[in-house]
Amino acid sequence: MAEIKDTIARLFPEATFEDGDTLLVNIPDKRWHDLASTLRDNSELKFDFLVTIVGMDWADKLGCYYYLTSTEYNTHISVKVTTEDKEHPMLHSVHDLWQIAGIFEREVYDFFGIVFIGNPDMRRLFLDIDWKGFPLRKDFDESEENNPVSVESERQSDFTDTWVELPDGEVEKRQVRVFQPEDFVVNIGPQHPATHGVLRFRTAIDGETIKKIDVYMGYIHRGIEKICEKLTYPQTLHFMDRMDYFSGHPYHHCLCMTIEEAAGIEISRRAQVIRVIMDELSRIASHCLFIGTFCMDLGATTMLFYTLRVREQILDIMEKTCGARMTFNYGAIGGVMQDLAPDFVQDVKALLEVLPRNIKEYNKLFTGNVITKNRMEGVGVLSKEDAISWSVTGPSGRASGWACDVRKTDPYSIYGELDFEQVVKTEGDSMARFKVRMEEMEQSARIISQLIDNIPDGEYCVKVPKVLKLPAGHWFRTVEGCRGTFGVFLESDGTTSPYRLKLVPPSLTAAAVVDHITRGNKIADLITIGGSLDYIVPDMDR
Amino acid sequence: MFDFSLLTDWIDNLLENTLGMPEWLATTVECVLVGLLLLTVYAVLALFYIWYERKLCAAFQCRLGPDRVGRWGLLQSFADMFKMLIKELISLNHVDKFLFALAPYLVILASMIAFAVLPWGNGLQIINFNIGIFFLIAVSSIGVLGILLAGWSSNNKFTLIGAMRSGAQMVSYELSIGLSVLTMVAFAGTMNVVEIVEAQNNLWFIFSGHIPAIIAFIIYMIAGTAETNRGPFDLPEAESELTAGYHTEYSGMHFGFFYLAEYLNLFIVSGVATLLFLGGWMPLHIPGWEGFNDIMNYIPSVVWFIGKAILLSFVIIWFKWTFPRLRIDQMLSLEWKYLLPINLFNLVLMVLIIVYNFHF
Repeated sequence: MAEIKDTIARLFPEATFEDGDTLLVNIPDKRWHDLASTLRDNSELKFDFLVTIVGMDWADKLGCYYYLTSTEYNTHISVKVTTEDKEHPMLHSVHDLWQIAGIFEREVYDFFGIVFIGNPDMRRLFLDIDWKGFPLRKDFDESEENNPVSVESERQSDFTDTWVELPDGEVEKRQVRVFQPEDFVVNIGPQHPATHGVLRFRTAIDGETIKKIDVYMGYIHRGIEKICEKLTYPQTLHFMDRMDYFSGHPYHHCLCMTIEEAAGIEISRRAQVIRVIMDELSRIASHCLFIGTFCMDLGATTMLFYTLRVREQILDIMEKTCGARMTFNYGAIGGVMQDLAPDFVQDVKALLEVLPRNIKEYNKLFTGNVITKNRMEGVGVLSKEDAISWSVTGPSGRASGWACDVRKTDPYSIYGELDFEQVVKTEGDSMARFKVRMEEMEQSARIISQLIDNIPDGEYCVKVPKVLKLPAGHWFRTVEGCRGTFGVFLESDGTTSPYRLKLVPPSLTAAAVVDHITRGNKIADLITIGGSLDYIVPDMDR
Repeated sequence: MFDFSLLTDWIDNLLENTLGMPEWLATTVECVLVGLLLLTVYAVLALFYIWYERKLCAAFQCRLGPDRVGRWGLLQSFADMFKMLIKELISLNHVDKFLFALAPYLVILASMIAFAVLPWGNGLQIINFNIGIFFLIAVSSIGVLGILLAGWSSNNKFTLIGAMRSGAQMVSYELSIGLSVLTMVAFAGTMNVVEIVEAQNNLWFIFSGHIPAIIAFIIYMIAGTAETNRGPFDLPEAESELTAGYHTEYSGMHFGFFYLAEYLNLFIVSGVATLLFLGGWMPLHIPGWEGFNDIMNYIPSVVWFIGKAILLSFVIIWFKWTFPRLRIDQMLSLEWKYLLPINLFNLVLMVLIIVYNFHF
């Protein structure tokens, strides 16, 4: 970390540093783009993975935290860029360095109104184009008169704005067309069986070939981040079940970990083990459902029922312990909500016994089929560089040869002690994404079988003060959710509720990359690619 | 073997001689009777097929399928039919009203006429004329016109894509159907449906024509599945891509017509395969096994025909519930790059076998 600091200090004397859980660099906006390209391209730094951009409103100024990771050296850094201008806040865009930044900046614009100079597409990402105000600003007018519930159809525009910096330093606003007037644009979604929720692709096609896709999100945007700012810490937890509804356990795990670290709470070994087992059970259930729905998208309906059988078994186990099948709300600050059900161990063992047989059956029925191979092999190839640049993490990233499993790169909880392998494939096509998930189920089963026989005794939840106050500061933690890296950014001002809680979902990047990898493919490939990326709409919309 | 022409002749005799009707009137009455009978069989068979597919698909998917209405859910499709009949025909704005309403009738008309030509049993066919098979292929391709019209007149981008896919698919696979039928016609030496069946008295064509007949049979089954727009060739209505393809905008009984026609086309494809390869209504005869052949003759010819057709439909349904869907370019390249050359080669092979008398 010290070397990184020295390198940056040498090149950018105006930068100041703060030490925290990651090194934080303060840089004025003027030098930000230069710093960004140095961070990415300098051979000693190589921060090629933009984890997220966190928009912030500190009352007196607006700004962003950029969280960066080097996939080569496995180092982390964060950069803080601020602007004092609250009327027309502007920062420089870095979309040319990290492709995903284009989408992240749109999100910041949507919530904070910060315009990114040079970003070619500065529309709102989640909210209506007629929405007034920027909701995550602290001075946002929340009254219903400001944004009445509309009974009209949503207005939409074929134009987008972009701000361009002229050579003399002036910034000019320009309008750009999203689609050309002669394009044949088909609306896929928001009500469409293959978008797995209310996601909308405006697809320009030429015959059966896709020319361009414009992703519309936000149909189930609930403003979780905003709501959380008014809740106490224990109250924020239950939203984790309502994002990626298949990764409730890992998401709970992440938020609990962040809060526990901030509050300095040490949890028992028993709780650690229970959390890891639950995470891995969710992963198996999630991948089962992925396989089923993906095959159904391709027209092989029968597979769905075969995979649901295993998933049902897992949901039954969850139900016995957590009392729910989907919204578990099982994680708690200090451990887990309640102890394991008496026959938990026995049920999980029964599952581990049938799982290999089922995976074999899936491969027999589907993977080896010649039509399956034709539909999936070589379809939607995502190169490793693109996967990193678009921040496509999780199984989809690993299928492109990017070893991005947080359980291995930054082992959290007890993952460091466990014996399992990170499944990485290099093809980067839909088949690889499918197979990675298939093999991850086996690895998850391996993790569970190591733990299930020696769940230590102890308390499942340590004593935590009823009113939890966190010290002022900020923390960023990531875990491996079922679909990729899930991150929680927490900024506290020393009160009982978060000053800013930013959730970093893996599905947002997976949906953003669809346009990039479907161009030139057929309409049917959009279904294959979208299915294999396995995004969950409530997860990206939040 | 019971000859159904006894029955039909008796009715004709009853009308003309006993009741003293003039010939034109007798023919009209017979036409009406046949029409009513056809409609009934058509509807009942379609309902049976819906139930049959639901039960089969449930079995493939470790489910039970419909089991609440009637024993084994047998009345389920009747209930569905009544539901369909009382549903509203939603009239849409911005569609070509005439073509929109015409399309389902074209589709159902095509399948109904094709249905009429099938040889149901010994002496049980509506018209017996020398180009029966040719007529069958000709009328069954009217259906594609209905699908194209449906997709076009709905004024919806999804239906248009579905219709265009369907057009490309049906025109392509008609070639394979035509050529594999031609192979068997060459073998039989006639296009007359009755004579084709009679020619299989000793041995079904799939056995007597051996290698080329089996190749033609496999190609026919693949192309037939594509002709009926069923999985893995269900691209025109690929529900995960185009919601419901060309019939997205239809409601009530208009949708019901597409639905019925789809199931009946399944029966027609199986029926024609039965006729050409598995002897039509002809019982299983093995040369030299006289006792066995006599026992087989006791099973009524209608049972033979429908039984064989339903068995073949089972295979097609099995395809659908096992395989994923093809992509449009893969489907076309399967036809033009593989099936068509194999088919042409197979036709030559068949001709050689006929010329050199290498068949049984």
